[in-house]
Amino acid sequence: MTKMSGAQALLESLERQKVDTIFGILGGAILPVYDELCGNKKIRHILARHEQCAAHEAEGYARASGRAGVCMATSGPGATNLVTGIANAYMDSSPIIALTGQVPSSGANTSYMIGRDAFQESDIIGIVTAVTKYSYQPRSVGEIPVMVNNAFHLATTGRPGPVLIDLPKNVQAGIADIELTDKIDLRGYKLITQPSPSRISKAAELLAKAERPIILAGGGAIISGASNEIVAMSDLLMAPVATTFMGKGAFPETHPLSLGSIGMHGNPAANKLMGEADLMLAIGTRFSDRATANLDSFAHNAKKIQIDIDNAEINKNIEVDLAIVADAKIAMKMLLAALNEKLKKGEATAWTKRAKEAREQLSPLIKDLPRDLVPKSLLSELRKLLPENAIITTEVGQNQMWSALYFQSLMPRTFISSGGLGTMGFGFPAAIGAKVACPDRVVVDIAGDGSFIMSEQELACSVSENIPVIVIVLNNSVLGMVAQWQRMLYNRRYMAVNLGKTPDFVKLAEAYGAQGIRVTSIEEFHKAVKTALANNVTTVIDVPIGSENDVVPFVPPGCGLPQQKGDY
Amino acid sequence: METGKTKVISVLVENKPGVLHTIANLFRRRNFNIESITVGPTQQKEIARMTITVNEDEKTIDQVVKQVAKQIDVLTVDELSQGSFVMRELALIKVNVASSKERSDIINCVEVFRGRIIDVSTDSLTVEITGTPDKIDAILNLMKTYGIIELARTGITALARGAKSIKIDE
Repeated sequence: MTKMSGAQALLESLERQKVDTIFGILGGAILPVYDELCGNKKIRHILARHEQCAAHEAEGYARASGRAGVCMATSGPGATNLVTGIANAYMDSSPIIALTGQVPSSGANTSYMIGRDAFQESDIIGIVTAVTKYSYQPRSVGEIPVMVNNAFHLATTGRPGPVLIDLPKNVQAGIADIELTDKIDLRGYKLITQPSPSRISKAAELLAKAERPIILAGGGAIISGASNEIVAMSDLLMAPVATTFMGKGAFPETHPLSLGSIGMHGNPAANKLMGEADLMLAIGTRFSDRATANLDSFAHNAKKIQIDIDNAEINKNIEVDLAIVADAKIAMKMLLAALNEKLKKGEATAWTKRAKEAREQLSPLIKDLPRDLVPKSLLSELRKLLPENAIITTEVGQNQMWSALYFQSLMPRTFISSGGLGTMGFGFPAAIGAKVACPDRVVVDIAGDGSFIMSEQELACSVSENIPVIVIVLNNSVLGMVAQWQRMLYNRRYMAVNLGKTPDFVKLAEAYGAQGIRVTSIEEFHKAVKTALANNVTTVIDVPIGSENDVVPFVPPGCGLPQQKGDY
Repeated sequence: METGKTKVISVLVENKPGVLHTIANLFRRRNFNIESITVGPTQQKEIARMTITVNEDEKTIDQVVKQVAKQIDVLTVDELSQGSFVMRELALIKVNVASSKERSDIINCVEVFRGRIIDVSTDSLTVEITGTPDKIDAILNLMKTYGIIELARTGITALARGAKSIKIDE
């Protein structure tokens, strides 16, 4: 037992959880924690310029590293500004810990404020209940150590997600005898990681009998680290692998059996073959509507096996024939072992041939690309310019879908994007977070001008904290994706999509002390990327593109995956 | 014992602040319809029992049970209506009394339903009635003819039949 303040108990507990970085912005109600941070050598505080970005930075850190990311804000508006970032992490199952200051919960009659609509009071726990895995509010200093352990355990195990700890100011400042501990107290937390052996053998039977098996890897495959097992499974069955958007990177997209991502803007090879398969092995996917499109024609010829760690995802969106509730990596290892007894390794079948053919004929990347400054060309060029382990983040909209289609991901945790919530402004702060987690790797945010403007102020954070990332702004002066919808589905009646006079991004970058480069040809683009890599400073590359580029092909709302429209 | 498609779900939860909010919020967010929800402590004071009745199809109920079970503060979930169970609801009915003839009619009626009169005034009687929702609906129908001044129903509480339990080890 040592006498310490709540703030000290918090920081020491965070250190025990190996926290090395907090992304945050301070304010009155979190001052005791910041006071304790002053002089702390183990935890680096990175001053974000907006709390929403602090949360996205924590998520970028988490998704690049697999460890929990930590963000912090004061009470009231600081806390509510975190909400979009927390919701984003919830939808994409990312482990983040959000620490918020809160007005005092007790004390002398005049200093007891919770529930009295005090200055900068917000009921943040009430607000985030629907978008957190759990939230805590300690009422005494002594609760803090176990609470922090619980928060990290919840955030990082099972299906990961955000956990919020709301810290009343009197609890931060209060002094008590504290025992730092590794104890976790969560008897209601039902963590299932081991699959049922009988279900594994049933799945092995189905897979061994299948003539046209397809593997669908989702975000859960990346979270559990099941990539090697998916490659081994594909090699064993000689089966094609598609990913969801969130699963991009779970399987190397240069592999001859990679079909790319399925979905509304998915790779036609993947979308087509989903309808032809007779068995689908789905790993860590919640079958989001953007991935499946119309459910009636989603893998309608296939028996479906679903591996997921979250029991509530079984039969939620898609009825499956066999469900395996388990950690994907553990389940895949057992499945491989069971299949290795049944199958001879790697016998190519007519289906293997069909998959390779589909990849060669339908995949947009395999086609000849123009040498013009168009998104598809520059994204496929970018792949050649970056190291294999470079981390890509994206904003939301056309830039995101072009990145999914034309930038090949080679390894897990190298493609970080807001898949579930679709948060514009996510990519740049996520890139900053990823760079902090992986300082030796190249981090590039592929942005649109509309999205980048939503978090452009983080240039100040990136420059002053010396976190060099590259932002490539595909600048078309419109909110491109909605403009595309208005063009295709609303008879070209453009409303509120024209951004008019967008800022000069080169000058904007320079105003913040970053490097700005404008390019007007593929050759200049090459040079700019090389300059950014060589100088190792935060760089904004402004790439003017036409305002009527569509992301094609496209599955119109209500249609099934194979009904993709548009020449590409 | 079931009325329509109504399903009864019994949930043991940590008896602490915020749990009811979490569960109620979950139902709203997932668009599940709660017919009634009752909460109270169990023989273990740190554990509370919630009895939730919902009117949904099988597929939705499956999701309800899974989503509720997923909550960190939920210790166990049991869909009672899958097996044999007992359920009760309590209602307090304040009935208008226009004459002494009416007064004795009401008292007779309450006796038949094995209810009790718990308050009397010159112009009213307050009836306590316990039973299945069906039984309460039936007496309410009768009381309507006299005029119901006020009504309070607790919602259903229920337990599985027999020695079976969903008790939590300390």
